[in-house]
Amino acid sequence: MRIGTQSCRPVSCGIALGYNRHAMTDDYSLYAMMLLIRRFEERLLEEFSTGKLVGTTHAYIGQEADAAGIFPALDPEDVVFSNHRCHGHFLAYGGEPYRLAAELMGKSTGLVGGRGGSQHIHWRNFYSNGVQGGIVPVAAGMALAEKARRTGRIVVVFVGDGTLGEGALYESLNLASLWKLPLLVVVENNRYAQTTPIELGVSGTIPGRFAAFGIPACELETTDVLEVRRAAAESVARVREGAGPAGLILHTYRFSAHSKGDDVRDPDEIARARARDPLTVHAPRLDAARRERAESNVRAQIDDAFARADADPFPGL
Amino acid sequence: MPTVLEHLNSALHHAMATDPRVYVLGEDLLDPYGGAFKVTRGLSTAFPERVLTTPISEAAIVGAANGMALRGLRPVAEIMFGDFVTLTADQLINHAAKFRWMYNDQVRVPLVVRTPMGGRRGYGPTHSQSLEKLFLGVPGLRVVAPNTLDDPGALLEAAIADDDPVLFVEHKLLYTRPLLVPGQGELADFEIRRLPGTYPAAVLRAAGSDRPGLTIACYGYNFELARKTALDLLYEREIFAEIVLFAQLSPFELDPLFDSLTRTHRLLTVEEGSRTLGWGAELAARAAETGIPGLKVRRVAALDLPIANSKALEDAILPTQAAVTQAALEVLAP
Repeated sequence: MRIGTQSCRPVSCGIALGYNRHAMTDDYSLYAMMLLIRRFEERLLEEFSTGKLVGTTHAYIGQEADAAGIFPALDPEDVVFSNHRCHGHFLAYGGEPYRLAAELMGKSTGLVGGRGGSQHIHWRNFYSNGVQGGIVPVAAGMALAEKARRTGRIVVVFVGDGTLGEGALYESLNLASLWKLPLLVVVENNRYAQTTPIELGVSGTIPGRFAAFGIPACELETTDVLEVRRAAAESVARVREGAGPAGLILHTYRFSAHSKGDDVRDPDEIARARARDPLTVHAPRLDAARRERAESNVRAQIDDAFARADADPFPGL
Repeated sequence: MPTVLEHLNSALHHAMATDPRVYVLGEDLLDPYGGAFKVTRGLSTAFPERVLTTPISEAAIVGAANGMALRGLRPVAEIMFGDFVTLTADQLINHAAKFRWMYNDQVRVPLVVRTPMGGRRGYGPTHSQSLEKLFLGVPGLRVVAPNTLDDPGALLEAAIADDDPVLFVEHKLLYTRPLLVPGQGELADFEIRRLPGTYPAAVLRAAGSDRPGLTIACYGYNFELARKTALDLLYEREIFAEIVLFAQLSPFELDPLFDSLTRTHRLLTVEEGSRTLGWGAELAARAAETGIPGLKVRRVAALDLPIANSKALEDAILPTQAAVTQAALEVLAP
């Protein structure tokens, strides 16, 4: 399904990234990052059945190419505001799986000492909150602050197709455009707001929403991390130039339920989407030995993260 | 004496002049208009880069101010009428007030949201309310209201210097009032004790009494009503009242109230918001929990109705001077 009519493909790849995340941009690193997110989320869903996790989680499984492709385009000091489905973003930001696992287990060593849990984390310049829409004006204000303080940083805010129903989003796009704020709004359209398909939740087009505010937006229908990375680099460069905000619309799909057990989608549809699994799309660029190396490295990292987190103490007030 | 409005305006000028992190944002702030109630007059001329006039977008105004506060600025957002704070509730409750605690004390949110509340100007149901009670008891959010006793400008500057979010509630009728002078005019017959604190409470006792019979708790504009009732009781019935005047409404720090009640055992609360689950209800509940013997309580507040446009109806809905005095006599009755 294609939502809009604009596209940023083909995009030029002539932008020198020049940031520390160069290390994440080779084929192996991109694969390893997507695999880390995938296996971390799978492990989380498993751990719920062992009773080590309580509450809920929103798995990023299926959307890994977005996070893995976007973060290499950012400067390490850039500011990120993520949402309820934030684990993939956090790991791609460079966050430690161990601190995230500890937070999800409610441990004192967690990112925010067990106070936030899955949807409410903060580390360095990474923030997330679990209320739809409200994070967007906050991100716009952050962008205003970075611009005012002349830090050269940009702010990236992640929303989904479901958030397109929130009015605060449109107030924020208006402000960001009026004030030429260094804000990149990433819409990850996974086609469902919890259980509500986009056909029942979003009228018009997603690019049209940006166009209405005079904000340039790039739209991509892909699960190829290299395509996401190219588009993200271009979008980030545009925002960093100082001309104002930009949008990056990524049509994607989540393979898992919205949270844990709330999936009413047609299994055939999910199976079709799995044929475009971002890991499968990227895997042929690595030989089998490197893929296996990524798998064993990621497994060791996650085993270590969960084992350490499991042994940590619970917090007190 | 300068008016409350002039004090607030001077404080904003002073804060912006002395701290380049201070930004002011809101609707219609630019000179020559200078804001709907003129509290921000002159700021956009003096500090054009740091005064941001906004579209009519209360959620985004407070949301953006939130983000600014998280990233090193000290924003002061103006919501043109306090009635519109409902549009900012998500930002105040689920974002500003939570960030510091939710992120395990790793961030600060030095945000001020200023807004005029209150009726008696015939603005009708959606421009006359005192909605601050909806934000009392929200963990992480401070609610502060100036009055005519203590410099409202100093209070506002304290809020701007505060590392945590503050909802700063200005009653419209106070804007044109001059600050009172202790020992003079309307305060001539009161002994005033100012209590320590960033947002200090004060205790005013009708002069010459060591056995006060009634405690009147109030804040903001209702200090005007409480004062007149206290003087009426003094002059006409020789009843000595103590007024406990709060600047910080929430979190509730009520020691001065409890201290007064140990002497009077009679509590009258006065507020302009609607009565049910209001500020006075919390004061009464907490006072009751202290176990002060023989405690009697009356609450004066608006009726649980929207505020009508017609002056005749508005006067019937909002607390009047007569209603405050009547309630005082009721709670004093044996």
